[in-house]
Amino acid sequence: MTSRLDKPAISLSRLAIHAVLLFAVLLYLVPLVVMLLTSFKTPEDIGSGNLLSWPAVVTSIGWAKAWATVSGYFWNSIMITVPAVLISTALGALNGYVLAMWRFRGSQVFFGLLLFGCFLPFQTVLLPASFTLGKLGLANTTAGLVLVHVVYGLAFTTLFFRNYYVTIPDALVKAARLDGAGFFTIFGRIILPMSTPIIMVCLIWQFTQIWNDFLFGVVFSSGDSQPITVALNNLVNTSTGAKEYNVDMAAAMIAGLPTLLVYVVAGKYFVRGLSAGAVKG
Amino acid sequence: MATLELRNVNKTYGTGVPDTLKDIQLAIKDGEFLILVGPSGCGKSTLMNCIAGLESISGGAILIDGDDVSGMSPKDRDIAMVFQSYALYPTMSVRDNIAFGLKIRKLPQAAIDEEVARVAKLLQIEHLLTRKPGQLSGGQQQRVAMGRALARRPKIYLFDEPLSNLDAKLRVEMRTEIKLMHQRLKTTTVYVTHDQIEAMTLGDKVAVMKDGIIQQFGTPQQIYNDPANQFVASFIGSPPMNFLPVHLREQGGRVLALLDSGQARCELVLGAASQGFDGREVILGIRPEQISLGAGEGDGVSLLRAEVQITEPTGPDLLVFVTVNQTKLCCRLAPDISCQVGDTLNLQLDPARVLLFDAQTGERLHLARHAAPLQDNVAHIAGR
Amino acid sequence: MTTATAQLRASPLDAVQRWLPKLVLAPTMVIILVGFYGYILWTFVLSFTTSTFLPNYKWAGLAQYARLLDNDRWWVASKNLLVFGSLFIGISLVIGVLLAILLDQRIRREGFIRTIYLYPMALSMIVTGTAWKWLLNPGMGLDKLMRDWGWEGFRLDWLIDPDRVVYCLVIAAVWQASGFIMAMFLAGLRGVDQSIIRAAQIDGASLPRIYWQVVLPSLRPVFFSAVMILSHIAIKSFDLVAAMTAGGPGYSSDLPAMFMYSFTFSRGQMGMGSASAILMLGAILAILVPYLYSELRNKRHD
Repeated sequence: MTSRLDKPAISLSRLAIHAVLLFAVLLYLVPLVVMLLTSFKTPEDIGSGNLLSWPAVVTSIGWAKAWATVSGYFWNSIMITVPAVLISTALGALNGYVLAMWRFRGSQVFFGLLLFGCFLPFQTVLLPASFTLGKLGLANTTAGLVLVHVVYGLAFTTLFFRNYYVTIPDALVKAARLDGAGFFTIFGRIILPMSTPIIMVCLIWQFTQIWNDFLFGVVFSSGDSQPITVALNNLVNTSTGAKEYNVDMAAAMIAGLPTLLVYVVAGKYFVRGLSAGAVKG
Repeated sequence: MATLELRNVNKTYGTGVPDTLKDIQLAIKDGEFLILVGPSGCGKSTLMNCIAGLESISGGAILIDGDDVSGMSPKDRDIAMVFQSYALYPTMSVRDNIAFGLKIRKLPQAAIDEEVARVAKLLQIEHLLTRKPGQLSGGQQQRVAMGRALARRPKIYLFDEPLSNLDAKLRVEMRTEIKLMHQRLKTTTVYVTHDQIEAMTLGDKVAVMKDGIIQQFGTPQQIYNDPANQFVASFIGSPPMNFLPVHLREQGGRVLALLDSGQARCELVLGAASQGFDGREVILGIRPEQISLGAGEGDGVSLLRAEVQITEPTGPDLLVFVTVNQTKLCCRLAPDISCQVGDTLNLQLDPARVLLFDAQTGERLHLARHAAPLQDNVAHIAGR
Repeated sequence: MTTATAQLRASPLDAVQRWLPKLVLAPTMVIILVGFYGYILWTFVLSFTTSTFLPNYKWAGLAQYARLLDNDRWWVASKNLLVFGSLFIGISLVIGVLLAILLDQRIRREGFIRTIYLYPMALSMIVTGTAWKWLLNPGMGLDKLMRDWGWEGFRLDWLIDPDRVVYCLVIAAVWQASGFIMAMFLAGLRGVDQSIIRAAQIDGASLPRIYWQVVLPSLRPVFFSAVMILSHIAIKSFDLVAAMTAGGPGYSSDLPAMFMYSFTFSRGQMGMGSASAILMLGAILAILVPYLYSELRNKRHD
């Protein structure tokens, strides 16, 4: 934003700027570092040392115990997240395609309803949703959670795709129609091949949202069908016995690593997803 | 190849909104090149979409080769279209772009290859067949878009402002190419543009549109020389026609128009007297190239002395601006005339070419021509 | 070579094609109408019933709402939301804008630094809550660290202090979200018209002044978006409370979302829970509607 003609000079102000930024980097990293350090200590070590003290002995017993406790739930999360992400993305793409390129009477109104729906606090639908799941026989099942995540993710995924497809000139669809292509042909042969960026954004956004979800997990599942976020919370907040912080931290890392990894690998799509959600209307 | 006829075509987007197309009537013969021209928002693109079937019409009928296609979907009308933005499929190669429509129609692969080769040769894009649209220049993309249309061998070609995205030089080149192609292939074509030079040079027939209505339909020459109203007269021709408010007077069986340049006055003889022209205020139209330099002093008949206010040498012409009837008048003169701001010129207006328009409605007013046309005593500069 | 001979009537396949877009969208339309708006209506209805452990549809008028307003815990939760919300939004904005401005100065390794600031957004609030719960642990967390580093007598027991526990929530939430605000503003700053800056520089303004008086005011839409999103996060905050404090000590760190869950699913007070959910919806609408209204008005002006 500073004039492109300036060359950044080494001056006091620039040193100060770098110092502040570096300090902020440390602040953001400290919790992660602490989690890691703690997870590799023994409980006695934790008691005697402090947050940033190096482990007297670097041990993975915390991780082993954490994994033993939460591995089942880890797989639950995968079983829930992967189908939900794929289904909601696919539906979002089709819906976005219709809303952007095949407008009909009422489709704009519907889009407005959809947009509004992105804002709703889920507390307002929890009860009726749980009744419905019960009636469908899907209460406390993985499938039930997948259904819930698909339904409540549709608003966002449709929004993503619709906003992306709106930027494609409709002369392209007209040309295809004149060439004789029908609704699905145009989607499959022309639109979808152009959609790679937004598909990535959507997949990553949905993966992060659904994997990290806690509310739906704690309301719609129990016992063996719970996702890892719920299991983590149960583990950390049980008040029986002595607290084993190394196990707690290791479990938190296990819960957080998948989305963290996705972020590190494909971060720019994540950022685009955030700003797509931010720039509404 | 086919004939195209539009009968009473109407289009409206709903109550409360003025009609986008009102009562469109036109017909072109097999192999003719029709131009739809007009300012933005006049409805020409909408009309084209209706012909293509991309939009439905609210009333009237569209007939291709005598068959009413108004209810048919685009793909059944056997029409191909070239878009302003080319609309090439970005993830497919040039070859696949051209072949796409043929593949959908389930042509055998051998026939498809043959068509692609034929079209590529015609448009000289053989070396581009494996590239993707993103790797092509504007002019190349334009050719591929045309190739896609040509490969289909449709009954009618539609062009929607295809040259608007090209730079000026390329536009002139492509214009000539389109004309050559039309001469060779004799295809029935409808071509939309806002550029009146394209309208004049490319079309067999021109339809000038404004506000959803066809203002005039005819050959380019008819539109140019015999415009139906002030809008058509002002739209076609560059530099545009001059419009002067004049006061008419009848005397001795003739209608005279008073011109006042501030330096001199003259009364232009326009034609035989008819009812109701005496004392009327009308608009007089005359094209810049229809004004010439007269020899001798102003004789009060058709020569007018006027002071030069601005000169614009354009290279092929010299444009001179004077003031007549308190309005700026543009005159197109030969470039080698030496003339400066402040000089006085003797201008001759040819009354046979002068047009009259109603001051309120802009409609053309017709006068019976004077029996003996005035002689030209100055050689006219060839127009354009 | 040419295709089928021209037909005079549209083929039945054309009719299908015309209906196809509507057919494809229909399931989603049904889902949205039922799952979103239908369910909201259902919850709305439930808030007027006497439902407890199971739903019933006996009319209770505004009784549940009255009980809510009479409920100390609800008041604590609502007050907490105001405190938490304003601190969270305010501090996140300040930090986010500051970091964005600093990063805008063409720093080396800007991408790397940005990645660090943003990674907390990728974590679940449960993980964040767990981490900060440990960090703010009274006796073993930051205070012990400070004491070990030489700051004798440093105490940080906010987590168990009913009056201060909300601040712990704020710290964790700000840590998670401020990076995102930074990203939003950085993008906004990059979109600012250079010529305005140059004009101000020629006028002799210093860089901080230019930012404060010229650039930031032009980023008003970004501010609004940021406030909208942060408010949304604040009102929905449930995971963070569950992980860090479970509403405790007692219910001093309760938030409306937690209240709703607790009363609806643990305490068998579906009617009250529904009422609390509707009030939460009201809070969101109270922020959303004026924002949308002003957006629409601005669009009409353009």
